[in-house]
Amino acid sequence: MTAPKTLYDKIWDAHVVHEQEDGTCLLYIDRHLVHEVTSPQAFEGLRLAGRDVRAPDKTIAVPDHNVPTTLDRVSGVIANEESRIQVDALDKNAKDFGIHYYPVSDVRQGIVHIVGPEQGWTLPGMTVVCGDSHTATHGAFGALAHGIGTSEVEHVLATQTLIQKKSKNMKVEITGKLKPGVTAKDITLAVIGATGTAGGTGYVIEYCGEAIRDLSMEGRMTVCNMAIEGGARAGLIAPDETTFEYVKGRPHAPKGAQWEAALNWWKTLYTDEGAHFDKVVTLKGEDIEPVVTWGTSPEDVLPITANVPDPESFSGGKVDAAKRAIEYMGLTPGQKLTDIEIDTVFIGSCTNGRIEDLRAAAEILKGKKIKDGMRAMVVPGSGLVRAQAEEEGLADIFKDAGFEWRLAGCSMCLAMNPDQLSEGERCASTSNRNFEGRQGYKGRTHLVSPAMAAAAAITGHLTDVRELMTETETA
Amino acid sequence: MEKFEKLTGVAAPMPLVNIDTDMIIPKVFLKTIKRSGLGVNLFDEMRYDRQGNEIPGFVLNKPQYRNAEILVAGDNFGCGSSREHAPWAIADFGIKCVISTSFADIFYNNCFKNGILPIVMPQEVVDVLMEDAEKGSNARMTVDLENQVVTTSDGQEFPFEVDAFKKHCLLEGLDDIGLTMNNVKDIDAFESKLAQERPWV
Ligand code: SF4
Repeated sequence: MTAPKTLYDKIWDAHVVHEQEDGTCLLYIDRHLVHEVTSPQAFEGLRLAGRDVRAPDKTIAVPDHNVPTTLDRVSGVIANEESRIQVDALDKNAKDFGIHYYPVSDVRQGIVHIVGPEQGWTLPGMTVVCGDSHTATHGAFGALAHGIGTSEVEHVLATQTLIQKKSKNMKVEITGKLKPGVTAKDITLAVIGATGTAGGTGYVIEYCGEAIRDLSMEGRMTVCNMAIEGGARAGLIAPDETTFEYVKGRPHAPKGAQWEAALNWWKTLYTDEGAHFDKVVTLKGEDIEPVVTWGTSPEDVLPITANVPDPESFSGGKVDAAKRAIEYMGLTPGQKLTDIEIDTVFIGSCTNGRIEDLRAAAEILKGKKIKDGMRAMVVPGSGLVRAQAEEEGLADIFKDAGFEWRLAGCSMCLAMNPDQLSEGERCASTSNRNFEGRQGYKGRTHLVSPAMAAAAAITGHLTDVRELMTETETA
Repeated sequence: MEKFEKLTGVAAPMPLVNIDTDMIIPKVFLKTIKRSGLGVNLFDEMRYDRQGNEIPGFVLNKPQYRNAEILVAGDNFGCGSSREHAPWAIADFGIKCVISTSFADIFYNNCFKNGILPIVMPQEVVDVLMEDAEKGSNARMTVDLENQVVTTSDGQEFPFEVDAFKKHCLLEGLDDIGLTMNNVKDIDAFESKLAQERPWV
């Protein structure tokens, strides 16, 4: 009998091409996702060395980071010259090297981490990489997925492999049920709050437990998406019926006999009884509240019912970091989080730009208006999410409430396109990073779930979404 | 890639924790399609005001640290985005070694691909090195990769750990792709096996 293995061990073992004596491995990469910001230098490197893309059929590219999301983009060229050069470079590189490509004009275009799963490129048991840290998203399928730098992008393009050493195994278990108003976003933020942004460094996390099992694929993607914010290399969730159901019938999912063969293998992808984890973190589902971030690190997270903390309540280097964060965010220690006024709301990103996220926000917004003077936008994660939301009538709910209804892209998640906060503006955002300047120079970001973002748009301040939920929703 | 062997230079202290890659190189500079020229924008938002004037209090603007080649930083350095523009900017500025109690994973790996040595030291040691760095340009620290030792300006020695393979590549200035190409037969074999066992990939 072989020793019991974790899910991570199993996927790793299935992809080792070569192992050196010191444990450094050459790992085969099943899917390589590419976007315009971190790839130009890699393609340039290939050209300079006279190399080809080894597996163009396993390489998928889509521009997302700096494309405009305003409706006029369909008609014209990108106004910002540098952005245009990057998108043009991707167009050209995709064509020259013969890789799969979804240009801006394609309805399937969107954020790379939304497009991959949507098109069935991401499948259980795969290794998936992308020159983007939120590649962890794909771990929701039980795929080993992580971000890489541009040198590694070039390495994967040229060799379809990565030089890797194995990480340690961490188990994050969320037991029991979630309370009403608590979502996948709250889970993932609560975990980071508990472990810290460096808590996962050196680990691959496997999320498990009833509360995780109960999540849809959209919710699982939200959880894994932010594994990187906890410092982990990747997050994983074992595939199950929910996963197979989601994958089945997608354009690039296996069909017929291959589907059966794939399914047989996928069903072996779970952590064996008694397998070793180097670290275990357990949270009770019912203890998790709707949360918000108050500071400039995703670990600066508190239940919405709490107050802005006193920096002196921290220890070590965190005291100064908290002081700096509170000053940057323009807050006062002891202030109630629900008293923080908001002027901008952003719903979108690879964390919360999927159909279920839009449904959750629309549910709160139905028949309501956003606060006077509020700037609020919804940026669907892909053209297909956008189309579906229009079909379901969600777009109308957003528009009637006063939201701008945008085209797909990363948008204000990192504000490389024109969607940015101005100095001092304060945003309730469904994205994943609240770093200084992330959404615009001196902009202030509070990370929240889509439902909480919708609630803040209505009231004009950070709000406990449960106060806006109808009896049936809270029952 | 440039070799890294032994370095003696000025170390700049940045005790702040969780210095993320957005701080190291803000996103407005990611729109380049080149690797070079990012050094002037290293730590841009901390280093310059909105008019582009230097902020005198920022460490790399102080005369004694303008030519720093080593950075001693707070915990969890390089967290956030995977942008390799961060190590490109650091290297372009002239910094060849970063010392902290921990680094974010992707950033750590990216350093080695760009001839930068990231060194993880326990808190007590980082405290000593931070103090040494505070002394400014009269204090020159030495980083010896071959022997895996950091020496402070007053001669205190601290050994450090580094992955043997990564060390080898840095010492020799080896290019990863070239190395992997030596294993191309293994990749071919793996792909044939994959086509049999998991044809849907
Ligand atoms: S949505 Fe935000 S986090 Fe996701 S890929 Fe785009 S920029 Fe990165």
